[in-house]
Amino acid sequence: MKIKATILNGLQLAGLGAFDPVVRLLSGENPSAQLPKIGQFILMPIGGFALFLAVWTIAASSIQTRYGSIPNPKAVWVAGSQLLAAHQKTTADRQQFYVDRDKQAKEYVEKAATLRTAAADPKNAALKDRLDEAAVKNDGLAASTMKRKYAGSPSYLDQIRTSLLTVFTGFVLASAIAIPVGILCGLSPVFMACVNPFIQIFKPVSPLAWLPIVMIVVGALYTTDPSEAWFEKSFISSAITVALCSLWPTLTNTALGVASIDKDYINVARVLQLSPSSRVFKIILPASLPLMFTGLRISLGVGWMVLIAAEMLAQNPGLGKFVWDMFQNGSSETLAQIMVAVFTIGGIGFLLDRIMIVCQRMVSFDSAVSA
Amino acid sequence: MNPAAIDRYLELWRITKTYQGAAGPVSVVKDFNLTVKQGEFISLIGHSGCGKSTVLSMVAGLSEPSKGGLVLAGREITGPGPDRGVVFQSPSLLPWLTALQNVTLGIRQVKPTASRKEIDEIGAHYLTLVGLGDALHTRPPELSQGMRQRVGLARAFALNPKMLLLDEPFGMLDSLTRMELQQILIDLWLEDQKTALMVTHDVDEALLLSDRVVMMTNGPEARVGEILEVPFARPRDRFALIEDPQFEALRDQLVGFLEDHAVGHAAERVAQQRSEKTDSESGLPTVTPAELVTVEDA
Repeated sequence: MKIKATILNGLQLAGLGAFDPVVRLLSGENPSAQLPKIGQFILMPIGGFALFLAVWTIAASSIQTRYGSIPNPKAVWVAGSQLLAAHQKTTADRQQFYVDRDKQAKEYVEKAATLRTAAADPKNAALKDRLDEAAVKNDGLAASTMKRKYAGSPSYLDQIRTSLLTVFTGFVLASAIAIPVGILCGLSPVFMACVNPFIQIFKPVSPLAWLPIVMIVVGALYTTDPSEAWFEKSFISSAITVALCSLWPTLTNTALGVASIDKDYINVARVLQLSPSSRVFKIILPASLPLMFTGLRISLGVGWMVLIAAEMLAQNPGLGKFVWDMFQNGSSETLAQIMVAVFTIGGIGFLLDRIMIVCQRMVSFDSAVSA
Repeated sequence: MNPAAIDRYLELWRITKTYQGAAGPVSVVKDFNLTVKQGEFISLIGHSGCGKSTVLSMVAGLSEPSKGGLVLAGREITGPGPDRGVVFQSPSLLPWLTALQNVTLGIRQVKPTASRKEIDEIGAHYLTLVGLGDALHTRPPELSQGMRQRVGLARAFALNPKMLLLDEPFGMLDSLTRMELQQILIDLWLEDQKTALMVTHDVDEALLLSDRVVMMTNGPEARVGEILEVPFARPRDRFALIEDPQFEALRDQLVGFLEDHAVGHAAERVAQQRSEKTDSESGLPTVTPAELVTVEDA
């Protein structure tokens, strides 16, 4: 029984309450009550999706574009598996490339070592300078070989990984700015009055307007040699654009959360004469966490949507660039591949949102979640 | 401390609280005078909205009087502080902290040099006193309303304050839980007889707990109407008290005062309360007006 309760709690926490009746049914709890719920929360959504696929299949064959007919669900499925197969091939190629590279570099290193041993031999005293020179040359070759990077185009899963990394970087950047500023706004009406005009004006700005500015500024400031840089310029531009657009929901929600703390908690802090730091960390932050997480969740959603547009324009490797490239290719598989991308984007967006919901429930003090 | 300081431990001198209303300034409380001895338990009673809680929150330092002054143990009250333990009507516990953490949060402020272990021990001691020794690490959302208010009591007492301020501490509880908590409050209070000021609208509660009951006139411009001495010896037994004819007399006097100052539906409520009382205790000896002891405030 305890296991069942744990599973049910877990489902509830993960926002998978729909599967609640299945667990209850499997444990033999009142089947007649569970079946209608299963029908409503599981069979109905499945039915709805099936209906959607049917309509899509019928509609697809009747619309003709310059790339052929609209792909039906099966074609999209095939395109998806092709992308996966291509990923496996790319991965294998890349591994092979690095194995070969390392092998070659090792040969250079070994050769350099042999040359040095020879140079150290008194018998070769006459040739010492030339041998040393050759050894140094081989050292150089080994170093430049190790710097070589795989130049093949990234696979679909690589693009997804880049997109996730970009959105995560932008999101962390935005949160690092928005949470402290939001807390200050909530604490001080004066500070809020100062910042409010900026929030109101910049909040509705589209990512497409930010992007060129960000690209130019990043281009001017980020002048590290590309072969040594940790990040590509396009990656930084996209991440900053995501940050600029996903800043606002966190900021406004944090400010609201801090400003609307239960007056009782503030009175407790006043009666106990808590120091400013323990007031913030013991009372204000925990009390505003639920609203803060609401903001973070919206921010991550906005960030994910902005990212696709930013990647298209910034030509940052990622799902957005993938969609754009497919569009430019104009092959017969274009539409199917773009649709795979659409479903991927939707699926990942859904997953990110779920993760944030779980985080939100974990930090919410009012729900009866025990650690 | 000299005897005068003990007699005048808490002094409220002509305090007035004025708010800026839509139709000009409104004084909720005006020229409110009260002197409390050290170790005395005072109840403030009056109709809803008469400014009882306003007076209490000024003593707590959570709001400032517009005029007049407050002195506690020879020092003027200028703001809130842990020398006054406050029990709020809603327990106001921090739901993200355990019961123990809620209590120790304040102890750390009054004993900054104590070790974590000592602080935890003090907190656990008071939680055990209020009957929550088993629930030290439980968070408030998992506690019942009554248990939360117990934590609230423990939090106030654990500060070892100069004074206790209780703002309708049991107003949100059902009557059984209320009786339990009144007993806990008395037991805790008897341990070290802290000076206490309690706001209540429950006549029986006031008589059971206090040394004096301060009846407030209706607001706006509320002030002290009458002060009633409660002469019963301590420890008091709730059930023996109810049987005491003098209790009945004091009770009638309190209810009579409230009735005289009743407005609108409040009057009906008091009348109803009174009739219920008469019905339920019809077997008890009735009190004639001649037996009433009135204590006039100078």
